[in-house]
Amino acid sequence: MAGTAVRGRLTWQTATVSSVLDETAKVRTLSLEVPDWAGHRAGQHLDVRLTSEDGYRAERSYSIATAPGEPVAITVERLDNGEVSPYLTEDVRPGDQFEIRGPIGGYFVWDPVDGGPLLLLAGGSGIVPLRAILRHRTREESPVPVRLLYSSRGWADVIYRGELDHHAQGVAVIYTLTRQQPAGWTGYARRVDQQMLSDVAWPAAQAPQAYACGPTSFVESVASGLVALGYPPGRVKTERFGATGS
Amino acid sequence: MSPISRGFHRRHDEAEPAGRVPPGQYVTHDFPVLSAGPTPHTPLANWTFSIEGAREPKTWTWQEFQALPAETVTVDIHCVTRWSKLDTVWTGVSLDVLLGAVSYDDPYVLAFCDGGYTTNVPVADLTGGKAWVAYSYDGGPLPSEHGGPARLLVPHLYFWKSAKWVRGLRLREVDAPGFWEMYGYHMYGDPWREQRYAGD
Amino acid sequence: MQPLEDWVLDGNAIGGLLLEVFGTEMTAATGRCGSCGTAAPVAELAVYRPELGTVVRCRHCDNVLMVFVQIRGITCVDMRGLASLT
Repeated sequence: MAGTAVRGRLTWQTATVSSVLDETAKVRTLSLEVPDWAGHRAGQHLDVRLTSEDGYRAERSYSIATAPGEPVAITVERLDNGEVSPYLTEDVRPGDQFEIRGPIGGYFVWDPVDGGPLLLLAGGSGIVPLRAILRHRTREESPVPVRLLYSSRGWADVIYRGELDHHAQGVAVIYTLTRQQPAGWTGYARRVDQQMLSDVAWPAAQAPQAYACGPTSFVESVASGLVALGYPPGRVKTERFGATGS
Repeated sequence: MSPISRGFHRRHDEAEPAGRVPPGQYVTHDFPVLSAGPTPHTPLANWTFSIEGAREPKTWTWQEFQALPAETVTVDIHCVTRWSKLDTVWTGVSLDVLLGAVSYDDPYVLAFCDGGYTTNVPVADLTGGKAWVAYSYDGGPLPSEHGGPARLLVPHLYFWKSAKWVRGLRLREVDAPGFWEMYGYHMYGDPWREQRYAGD
Repeated sequence: MQPLEDWVLDGNAIGGLLLEVFGTEMTAATGRCGSCGTAAPVAELAVYRPELGTVVRCRHCDNVLMVFVQIRGITCVDMRGLASLT
């Protein structure tokens, strides 16, 4: 058992795509079959390695979109000038294979024992590991209250919208749509700022645990904003995705 | 044996205009930004360019630097990460002017920069019209993410030698490795001989 | 301080690289800067990946803490900038 776990963690394994699901026009979830998958924690990611026929290799990292106990899946956003994301979001079919390494991460992870209240802050595709956390909370029937602040360009860009709109008890989802809003929209319509954080965030006195994920500029801005609201830096966990296709 | 990912291929085709592009490179119309650290923002009032290790040290302020004779050149640039960009237009001061202002014996230089980056180049590869300290790119001031206010420009070598945010040159008797060279990148870096790594 | 550009990542992005180099999960480990003494989880360190290599810096003083360069299948690891990694 220990030997299998070590092998699963340190080396590249072959993953076979079992199904694909288009979440939005640019975003697709790929469910994977990985023999000897050692399990994962909510918030972790995988490294993916593709090899072409001429031996060219490319590696990228993607957050695991599903909860521990569910089949492992990644959600990939297509970057316009990308090399790997167009392949994964447009070309890949069930039965295709690539290599994965992981699960990876011991910092940006949440288990019910970590408690709450939980403040989740997602910028664009930063929602992916946070969705894994939400699903884990539901599956474990954790009573920890959650507020999710999710920043997207427009309504059509919101990933997992159906699932988020039918969220479990004790979860509040607050959207902000920064570029385009549907007719009649009464929600936030701007980039996350100090005022919005102040409106949405759990008061610091409740000792909340925050997880912020998305483009670097988004994460930097919300993390410093939460610290300005009195959150201890150690209670704000961050995962920066670098630049996205905007 | 890694499984082949069906239908996956590299994004770029290699070797367009024959003869123009060194081996293993592809032509890009972007200008990728590759940085090993945060973009420095030295105010021009504090900016100087220095030559150290000559018989007399020499320093120019930004104003003095702008008063030096400058040239506009069109060159191809080649990055060790395999992209090449053709017909890039730069304005700057030739190293012939800068090194011509000092008297020195040493055959090598270590370029040093804001943020601590360094790279080594033989003097012979900076003189004779081969290199500039450039402060303008594509008709405008050199953007900070591309090395502004000024960067070294040595287009006949891989572009990691064209140090961003350059602040001066240290003349040296021996060729000692700069930042990337210390970790295994080639000491000289000729793209036409594909000298990417030590031992190439 | 100027805001960091979007291409600047954090230690989460090199979790796989660290797993390969150290043989174990390292993003939750604490790195102490040898220059300013600031301690932080590796996951929170500033990571620059200009493709030539990976440069990990202290978020407080920008000191280079770790450099990883992979050439011809060999990874060169320089951790001289760290006072400790625990």
